[in-house]
Amino acid sequence: MQVNKPSQSLKRPPAPGVDRTTLMLVGALVILLAVGPILPRWAMFMLNVSLSWGTVVLGMLLLMRTGLVSFGTGLYYCLGAYAAGALHHFYGIADVAVMLAASVAVAAAVAVVLGFLLAKYRDIFFAMLSLAFSMILYGLLVKTSALGSTDGFGLSVKTIAGFPLGEWERNLMFSTTVVVAFCAALGMHRYLSSHQGRLASAIRDNELRVEYMGASVRRVIHVNYVISAALAGAGGGLVGIAIGHVDPEMAFWTTSGEFVFIAILAGTGSVLAPFLGAIIFETVRSFAYEYSPNTWQLILGTTMLLVIMFLPGGLWSIFTRRKAA
Amino acid sequence: MNQFLAIVIDGIIYSSWLFIIAVGLTLIYGVMKILNVAHGSLYALGAYAATAFGGYWLAQGYPPIGSYGMLVLAAVFVGLVAGPLIERGLLRLMYGKDEVVLVLVTYAVFLILEDMTKLAFGVDPLSIPEPYGLLGSFEIGELMYPTYSLVLVLVSVFVAVALALFLGRTRHGKVLQAVIHDREIASAVGINVSRVYLVTFTAGVMLAALGGALTAPTISVQPGIAAEVIVLAFAVVVIGGLGSLGGAALGAVIVGMVRAWAVHKWPEVELFSVYAVMALVLIMRPKGLFAAPEARKI
Repeated sequence: MQVNKPSQSLKRPPAPGVDRTTLMLVGALVILLAVGPILPRWAMFMLNVSLSWGTVVLGMLLLMRTGLVSFGTGLYYCLGAYAAGALHHFYGIADVAVMLAASVAVAAAVAVVLGFLLAKYRDIFFAMLSLAFSMILYGLLVKTSALGSTDGFGLSVKTIAGFPLGEWERNLMFSTTVVVAFCAALGMHRYLSSHQGRLASAIRDNELRVEYMGASVRRVIHVNYVISAALAGAGGGLVGIAIGHVDPEMAFWTTSGEFVFIAILAGTGSVLAPFLGAIIFETVRSFAYEYSPNTWQLILGTTMLLVIMFLPGGLWSIFTRRKAA
Repeated sequence: MNQFLAIVIDGIIYSSWLFIIAVGLTLIYGVMKILNVAHGSLYALGAYAATAFGGYWLAQGYPPIGSYGMLVLAAVFVGLVAGPLIERGLLRLMYGKDEVVLVLVTYAVFLILEDMTKLAFGVDPLSIPEPYGLLGSFEIGELMYPTYSLVLVLVSVFVAVALALFLGRTRHGKVLQAVIHDREIASAVGINVSRVYLVTFTAGVMLAALGGALTAPTISVQPGIAAEVIVLAFAVVVIGGLGSLGGAALGAVIVGMVRAWAVHKWPEVELFSVYAVMALVLIMRPKGLFAAPEARKI
């Protein structure tokens, strides 16, 4: 029998309503929307992709709070991107809102089905089965010539909820990503403070006790799994639109591995952490690709080891630790 | 009939290869409970070392038959250097942590080794085709097969039998089984568990490198092979049951046959079939086909 340390959120329950995190989120929203138009193109693109990735990692945060690490998030990330892309590719639909709705819907629908299976799995078996599912999608896409096989296909957008994007496309897309990321983070923050959300860390600490208290562990895990998939789908859709291209690599396990990396780097302490982690990740990656393409993964791996050894709570724990002192 | 024979023979060859690349992974998991994501990188390292060792041997003008020895030597070399380095230098600090954390640790090692290989050997494809071409080919009915494939089959059978005999019939093997069964009791009765871990990890790395070294003559050795191999190895060991030697053999045969069947009958599903089988087995028997039932721990 092993004694579990109480988790962070049990020690210090976040207060509902307008609290520090909500204020920070609103502040970040205002700043990003205001700063967006004056950013150079490359920075805006980088920030756009970072926030989309942050949305994906936000879903992983929820699973990690539940004690589950998925090596198959790429499945939903890729599904989201392909759902958005396929609308344009086959039906000529080029509306951002419709595309994103499709991304989320497809990812969530698949997660509802697979969730029935995965909710029974823990630890490395959860990691392995989710990995297998995402590799199945990868294998399918690589051999499907209608979807461009290994090359994938391109997509473009023209309107957002019927409103033409025109020459403002870049700015409006950036704002869309900011708003989606904000809504996701705020929603997740509220969810984590709710009764159901708080069960996540309880399950990680001791499942059996949660069952004794009358909650269904499988149902909570299933719901959390679907939420995390929907977020990954949204992130995938946003990245697909931002880059204007989708390909099967999005479902390959190394993509999921990068999400895991960001989640570990950032920590699960706050809904803001995934976005911070993603921004750091994207920034370092962009510069590393530019100046030293063959040492990028070396940096990643070393950072990951250092974080696991010395900062088990991720970068975010630096802030909370100082606050506690 | 001919196609059936072709599927079976291709399946056997592919299964043998899968067994060699996966057996080290299951050995390490069985003893140390570490799912080693870096296994693929060690495979790649073995392949690169093989091109370097074999290339050097051939460049010196020594008899080409000796290049087989160099392939094995490359694997032993990688095992003896990388094994103790990773186990003593890193993993030892991590024992007692969660299995999932150890997956993340070895994933970090995977990332580091990816770039170390690039820095050491460059990003251009390397090759060492001589050992492959040297043996010629043989015929079964109307079908031609490279004799080198036969070598792969023999090596994998040899590895399987040697490991099974070692585990079941020798004193060291029984010590290993004791550690697998209960680490604490084993150390209480005087078994040096730390040394068993070191030796096991080194042996596992050597097997990964051997897989890479023996594959090197048949492929072009380039960045990216590690990421492909590790998921295949995962599929094999997960199907059979993590940590089970017989399971790895069974997993290799199932995956090998399914893939050979897919290649001949339904090429579109080739890549996807392996993972479909993996998912199916995990759904039916979550701990793999050969895993023993486990008591629920509170």
